[in-house]
Amino acid sequence: MDSELARVLGSVVANATPLVIASLGETITERVGVINLSLDGSLQLAAMVAFVTAYASGNAMLGLAAGLIAGLLVALLILFSNIALRQDQVAVGFVLTLLAADLAQFLGQNYTRIPGPTFPTIPIPLLRDIPFLGTVFFNHNALVYFSFILLAATWFVMYRTRWGLALRAVGERPAAAFARGTNVTRTRYLYTAIGGALVGVAGASYSLAIKAGWANPAVMRGDGWIALAIVIFGGWHPLRVAFGAYLFTGLRALASTIQQTTEFPLVLVNAVPWVLMILTLLLVSSGLVERLMLLSPPWAQRLLRNFLRSAPPVALGTQFTRE
Amino acid sequence: MTRSSLLGQRALALGIGMASIAVSLLLTALIILAVGASPLEVFNKVTEGIGLTPTGLDMVRFSGVVNFWIPLMFVCTGLLVTFTAGLWNIGVEGQMMFGAVCATWVAQEVFLPTVVQVPLEMLAAALGGAFWAALTGLLKTRGGVHEIFGGVAMNNLANIFSIYLISGPWGNQGGQATPPFRQETLLLPMSSEFRVSAVALILMAVVFGGIFLALSGTRWGLELKAQGHSQRSALLLGVPVERNVLLAMALCGFMAGLAGSVRVLFTYGNLRPLVSGGIGFLGLLVVLLTGTRALWAPPIAFFFAAILGGSTRLKIALQLDQSLAGVVQGILVLMVILANGVRGRLRGRHPAQAPEPSASLEAEEAAIHG
Repeated sequence: MDSELARVLGSVVANATPLVIASLGETITERVGVINLSLDGSLQLAAMVAFVTAYASGNAMLGLAAGLIAGLLVALLILFSNIALRQDQVAVGFVLTLLAADLAQFLGQNYTRIPGPTFPTIPIPLLRDIPFLGTVFFNHNALVYFSFILLAATWFVMYRTRWGLALRAVGERPAAAFARGTNVTRTRYLYTAIGGALVGVAGASYSLAIKAGWANPAVMRGDGWIALAIVIFGGWHPLRVAFGAYLFTGLRALASTIQQTTEFPLVLVNAVPWVLMILTLLLVSSGLVERLMLLSPPWAQRLLRNFLRSAPPVALGTQFTRE
Repeated sequence: MTRSSLLGQRALALGIGMASIAVSLLLTALIILAVGASPLEVFNKVTEGIGLTPTGLDMVRFSGVVNFWIPLMFVCTGLLVTFTAGLWNIGVEGQMMFGAVCATWVAQEVFLPTVVQVPLEMLAAALGGAFWAALTGLLKTRGGVHEIFGGVAMNNLANIFSIYLISGPWGNQGGQATPPFRQETLLLPMSSEFRVSAVALILMAVVFGGIFLALSGTRWGLELKAQGHSQRSALLLGVPVERNVLLAMALCGFMAGLAGSVRVLFTYGNLRPLVSGGIGFLGLLVVLLTGTRALWAPPIAFFFAAILGGSTRLKIALQLDQSLAGVVQGILVLMVILANGVRGRLRGRHPAQAPEPSASLEAEEAAIHG
């Protein structure tokens, strides 16, 4: 009854979930002016912690909570060393990228390739029966639905509430936000914690749903970097970031489908994500877009500018000190 | 500043340094306990792995440490250049791997007397590494792609390319590695006891000395420092920033390529997947600790090489994953960075210098905007 296309799109939506959640988390963190570079390591650590906790307790929800806390702690450590100890966010983030990945591998060594609790598929009543869309969007596990809600909520809070205004102000002009009465330090801690927790949830969504279980080397290795690149590709805007995550997952799926029907060597398919990463970053960073815009008619210029404009938060990666 | 306050500061620095190492050891011990192993036993096996035995130094095992140290020092030498210039050359792993691929190509396709053959292989590796790094540099200067992202992508591409070669055109042995190279193409150990390549060791010392002098005693070194501090001001002072970025990247890639050549021509004697073995990332950690104080690099790199060499026995002796080495190294570096911050705070001075290369506002902005 389901068309082939609907099932393929449904699996893209499911497989994109960790990337969507992680890159939205990172978007929140970066919009408040903080770079959490550790994603590639923290995703692995959160996935391992979530799996081991779920396995030991027999409860996937507990696993999710543990993964969330792991992601949150790593993010807070980066910000603490930046705010309280005045160390560079990128340097600490890089060390934690390596450390978290090694920790995951070492602490998870006795839990590899064994089955554990997972999040079951829960078809949404009524909505599931909508032709096509039901298969694409409403026949998934709870974490996939969470990513839908998260996307809407992130956009709404960021652009339609006072909190979102404060969040963006702190990331763009912390001194001005401070003068207006916003507590810069507290705002940064709050949203870095939320962003880090989401990275933790993303990690857990691998080991408890998308790629159930834990393995050495971790199956999600590399996705953290992809998520960081998607944030740039998406111009730090939640909707475009999520679009980037879906697009990326779709292209990855397409590449492996093409490989199966041609002589193209299997190992080289693994290169596709990285080639895509370079090309998309080139597209948004090289000024190519601006040049293209000048050549296109005015109506297209406005459209392109809205869609491809990509400027990082002005205060990204910097420190704020009250003088 | 009075003499006593200077002494007090020294004591404070020493105390904080000791405390950070103690905390690192404690955390490591807890992590080992968490997987149900004994920290003491691990410590014994690691010292054994280094070659420290009750009867004296086991030269064969000790040379294992030196053989990690040599490629690590090549990498650190290169990274000192990029760090001074304010660049995060995270792509150093890939530059090692691509260098190793180039050395392998010469070893398999060229047939010359050893005295010409081996230098040719190493030169090919160095140029290959430089090329791979220059691509990342060009992506940054011309494409506006930050070197962290360019580097990560190029790392993965180098790894995938080498796996493709091993599993396809160059492979046998079920895709695990290339066939062993001919004897004439290899770097040779000094003796059957001290299994270290004299050529590699001497070359490493020469290269490190040369870069140290170039960074500390030339106008070019000063230019790099200036642009590492602030790209915008350096540009205003007339420093050719773009050329220096490309040069620094290529030079670092050159060293990384040499490191890669040592891995295939000496350590393994063939090409394997992930032939860099994390040594490039380890080099980044070392240089994060030393900053631009280059003379600290050899001893710190040696210490890290010892951890790496010592932990190779963990898998066989205690069925423990070797990633423990990375855990220890990561915790140590993290603790030292945090300790720097604590020291800065206790001293009550204004921002302790961020570990090099600090993502200063200008540099970061310029990097992101291109």
